[in-house]
Amino acid sequence: MTLAGRLEVLRAGALTTVQDQGRPGWAQLGVPRSGALDPAALRLANRLVGNPEAAAGLEITLTGCVLRLTRAGTVAVTGAQADVRIGERPGDVGRPLAVPAGTVLRIGPARRGLRNWLAVAGGIAVEPVLDSRSTDTLSGLGPPPLSDGDTLPLGTPSGDPAPVDFTVGRPAAAELRLALRPGPRHDWFTPAALDLLLSTPYTVSPVGNRVGARLTGAPLHRAVPGELPSEGLVLGAVQVPADGQPLVFLADHPTTGGYPVVGVVDDVTPLAQARPGTTVRFHGPER
Amino acid sequence: MRMRPVGRNGLLLDCDDPDQVEAWRAELWRRRAAGELIAVDIVPAARTVLLDGVPDPDRTAALVAGWTPRPADPAAPTAEVEVPVTYDGEDLPLVAGHWGVDVPEVITRLTATRFRVAFCGFAPGFAYLTGLPPEWAVPRLATPRPRVPAGSVALAGEYAGIYPGASPGGWLLVGRTALTLFDVRADPPARLTPGTRVRLVSA
Repeated sequence: MTLAGRLEVLRAGALTTVQDQGRPGWAQLGVPRSGALDPAALRLANRLVGNPEAAAGLEITLTGCVLRLTRAGTVAVTGAQADVRIGERPGDVGRPLAVPAGTVLRIGPARRGLRNWLAVAGGIAVEPVLDSRSTDTLSGLGPPPLSDGDTLPLGTPSGDPAPVDFTVGRPAAAELRLALRPGPRHDWFTPAALDLLLSTPYTVSPVGNRVGARLTGAPLHRAVPGELPSEGLVLGAVQVPADGQPLVFLADHPTTGGYPVVGVVDDVTPLAQARPGTTVRFHGPER
Repeated sequence: MRMRPVGRNGLLLDCDDPDQVEAWRAELWRRRAAGELIAVDIVPAARTVLLDGVPDPDRTAALVAGWTPRPADPAAPTAEVEVPVTYDGEDLPLVAGHWGVDVPEVITRLTATRFRVAFCGFAPGFAYLTGLPPEWAVPRLATPRPRVPAGSVALAGEYAGIYPGASPGGWLLVGRTALTLFDVRADPPARLTPGTRVRLVSA
């Protein structure tokens, strides 16, 4: 008998990837930070099953996925509101769930919000790449997105679930309010453009992904024409390409870019649950 | 050099020219290694150096304002990588046209240039190489190629670059190399890191 278990992917869904807390610290070599779009939600799932917070789990997008464990184990799902079933038995998001060996585990689709994180006791034990097991959809580092029929190795469960005081996820809001700090290139835009950005609603576009959330709304006009020489980008940077429609960079953002960044969002994690059509309002950090 | 805040935990050093960028990059990497600076990422680029993952950007800005980067010492031993290039790129005649010379002269100039990695970006291990005179800058293709093979050596603007993996690209292709430029098992994983000197020798 062996304890080495595997996770079998019966139905991968629209986009399910392996994620941990990402690979920060390599940007000077052009390596994106990657990692779960809501790192805290994955850390919580890990705590619920007794994993170290840095363990790798799955990030599941909108349509859900169907899995099977080859050994009995504890799992936890966090993030969006979704139906979870262990065989025929329903399970709640935000609780440790006992899954017998060979039982089919169904997660989602997301009923409200967009993404779920799944932790399995022992963690997903794919080979780390540059200190992380995360799939980077921009550069292709880490394991490819899951496909039907894949099997993933599981690590050895290491501890008891940590006591958790609070597991209820942030409800996916119909309107997001995001704190934004102007700069570093707000001076490339007209004062009127900055006023528009902070006073008019934007809408999450359907073409968003793990790289960034594209927004549509009042176009932001430039005061300075021409190309900006490439410069370093941070998580939450609001980049404005030639069409004037802002794009908020998420975990798989490039490390450098040539369009001016009008401001930086303090916390991008609410965007992980923002369905297309969600209204986004930016406000200054002072409020 | 002037500093600009970037969000809650970042700072952008806006430099006057690429030499100042390189001097600040070297200085900040050295200061971080010596424990005098806390930053998760220090990312040089065309005219800037980004500090990201800085716990207190105001305090760091005050600290940096008191530092003077050491000027680059041409005699200092720096890593140099010789990249063997087969100069058979399909855009060589285009480059020759922009420079007003023939193709053999383009190859002579490229092999004679002492390049330096100014910064990386676009893809893991993609290095932007400076060293060509500004008047030799070339435009990108109006329509990027859907697929440029891995190892392609190419020019765009004031930079030379080598595609570590196959990707779409609009740079002008001058040649190709078999050298592996990015290997996640190597330390560091990128062969061409910021500050590295590079020669594009004939294979």
